[in-house]
Amino acid sequence: MKRADALEAIYDDLKNKLVVTNMGAVAVELYNLGHQPGFFYMEHSMGLASSAGLGLALCLPGRKIVVLDGDASVLMNLGTLSTMARYSPHNLTHVIFDNESLLSVGGFPSATSTGTDLALVAKGAGVKNTGLYSDIEGFQGAYDEAANRDELSVLVAKVKAVGPTSFAMDIGLLENRFEFARHIKDLRSE
Amino acid sequence: MPVSVDNSQIIYDALKSVGVELMSALPETWLVHLVRMGEDDPDMKLVRLNKEEEGVGVSAGAHFAGAKSVMLMQNHGFLASVNGIVSLAQLYRIPLLMLISYRGHMGERDPWQTEGGLSTEPILQSMGIPYHLLSDPAKVEKEIREAQTLAESSMRPVALLLTRDLMWED
Repeated sequence: MKRADALEAIYDDLKNKLVVTNMGAVAVELYNLGHQPGFFYMEHSMGLASSAGLGLALCLPGRKIVVLDGDASVLMNLGTLSTMARYSPHNLTHVIFDNESLLSVGGFPSATSTGTDLALVAKGAGVKNTGLYSDIEGFQGAYDEAANRDELSVLVAKVKAVGPTSFAMDIGLLENRFEFARHIKDLRSE
Repeated sequence: MPVSVDNSQIIYDALKSVGVELMSALPETWLVHLVRMGEDDPDMKLVRLNKEEEGVGVSAGAHFAGAKSVMLMQNHGFLASVNGIVSLAQLYRIPLLMLISYRGHMGERDPWQTEGGLSTEPILQSMGIPYHLLSDPAKVEKEIREAQTLAESSMRPVALLLTRDLMWED
């Protein structure tokens, strides 16, 4: 499965959610599907997209938060899985696209290429709803279940180590950040 | 354990008075009472971390959600958070109030705290983070209010160093 295809399969749902991505290919591929004011692309600080998702989920219990993450980012902050499990926000879905590679910086193999199973790590950290998916149908079905579930889910999607041809995004970091914050403010005043 | 309950309460009350709703923390000796106060307060979201850097992400999320937060940590936790502070809080202009227990400074008895004590202020300075040392309980409320105000108006991290004079009763 290609990550871009997996993203396309869930894009209709993502459009109406608050979404935080990690840096690199995930951000670009989501952006290329069509930017929304509820999308925040965290273009640095590897590992912290899930922590930001946790903060959002705890402070906005009435909104579903989706974090789109990568294997190398999660490996850099493995403790995040156990912190998320500890608080288990009912409104948080954490998707980890696992291409077993640091694709955006030269394609060097990550530790998931040598046996680390992030779905098992999440399970061991205490996350009840977790699974590993290697085809679009399986992933889409698991995502739909997670979207309708009132519990924390951590979904690991095994994807090919291919990314976008260009990493260009026509949106400034701060433009994205302020638009995202403004969008949430508007949602809260509805 | 001679950590000051009274001064911890003054700090906690000041955080509440500026509207802090979420406190991320990794326990250390000087912070035990503050963490317990957060735990006992049904209106406080206490997020116990595995590593302090997670707290930068949690605070960023809280800020986007419109909630005021504070990171409560030891200075070694600050050192462990430096990349998150630079490449999330500073890069994305997140107001970030940090309360940092200042171990390894004058009067420190634990040898293992002393190197962190030497590097804390120079690193805060090199990052351009405004900071004050909190020593006088009578000034805590004002200092916390002013630090929070500056964090919000500058949209940047601001630090308060909790000193031995404030936290410890020999």
